[in-house]
Amino acid sequence: MNPAAVILAESGGSGMSFMIRHLVDFELFGQKLSITTTHIAIVIVDLILILFAIAVKVKFSHPDNVPGTFQSAVEFLVEFVGNFVSDNMGPKNGKRFLNYTGSIFLFILLSNISGLLGLRPPTADYGVTLPLGLLTCFLIHFNGMRSKKFGYVKAYFEPIPLFLPMNLISEISTPISLSLRLFGNVMSGTVMMGLWYSLMPVFARLGVPSFLHIYFDLFSGAIQTYVFCMLTTIFIQDKMGDPE
Amino acid sequence: MNITGEDLILACSAIGAGIALIAGVGPGIGQGYAAGQAAAAVGRNPGARGSVTTTMLLGQAVAETTGLYGFAIAIVLVFVKPLLW
Repeated sequence: MNPAAVILAESGGSGMSFMIRHLVDFELFGQKLSITTTHIAIVIVDLILILFAIAVKVKFSHPDNVPGTFQSAVEFLVEFVGNFVSDNMGPKNGKRFLNYTGSIFLFILLSNISGLLGLRPPTADYGVTLPLGLLTCFLIHFNGMRSKKFGYVKAYFEPIPLFLPMNLISEISTPISLSLRLFGNVMSGTVMMGLWYSLMPVFARLGVPSFLHIYFDLFSGAIQTYVFCMLTTIFIQDKMGDPE
Repeated sequence: MNITGEDLILACSAIGAGIALIAGVGPGIGQGYAAGQAAAAVGRNPGARGSVTTTMLLGQAVAETTGLYGFAIAIVLVFVKPLLW
């Protein structure tokens, strides 16, 4: 076989560095399962988040009157997410959904920029982004039913009952498009970085990739985090009715 | 040179992946249009530069989705190889 065919044939496994790699294989109830790079990366991201949470807890049990660097940074973060949620959802709903939006904001942001730590970003695995999309989808419909009661069902038959299939399709496509958007962006960055590191000569692998990392990991990751959280809040608010 | 059926499917998958990336044309046009409109808006009202930029980036990120569908299909064709199952 020629080299191109070898790359194509092997890339599903260990040939290229940007695909999900299986580290430990095991069998459970007759299913072949494996611990992949995604699991390791998620554990590391979660550990960092837990450590951050403990540090914040310790710091804010005895807050300084004149905030230092860490305290100002955390205050800025909370204020930023809080403003952003209440801008989209109104002050009352904004408080209720601050927890959820803030959690997924921190998790997705840290996941997206974990490429800088040398990890394979967990969000470049569709098995991570689809549950995030489904969580948002569940929240959308649960809160829609709770706040609009019968109006929730009626909305499917508007403007005329003939539109039911189209409304259903648009509801089903919401979590898919949310998750595919995040997955595609992070995955494309990962593929570009993997191609650069595996195909370029050694002198181009030093220094130059830092600019690519800034674009693909930091910029793209931050924007996609923002978009995901913004669409989450907008969709939930849209189903719940007008902000009061 | 012997070409087995598997090789042929791999080659056609690669071609299909390339064709799937034509989907990138649409988002390119859309993002360029959004950036042009944003530039015009900043030209008319330089004070609103910050919010115009945020809105533009948000709209571009949403417009990118259709291109990413093509990218996802290309990735599946090349790496998951569904046609060989």
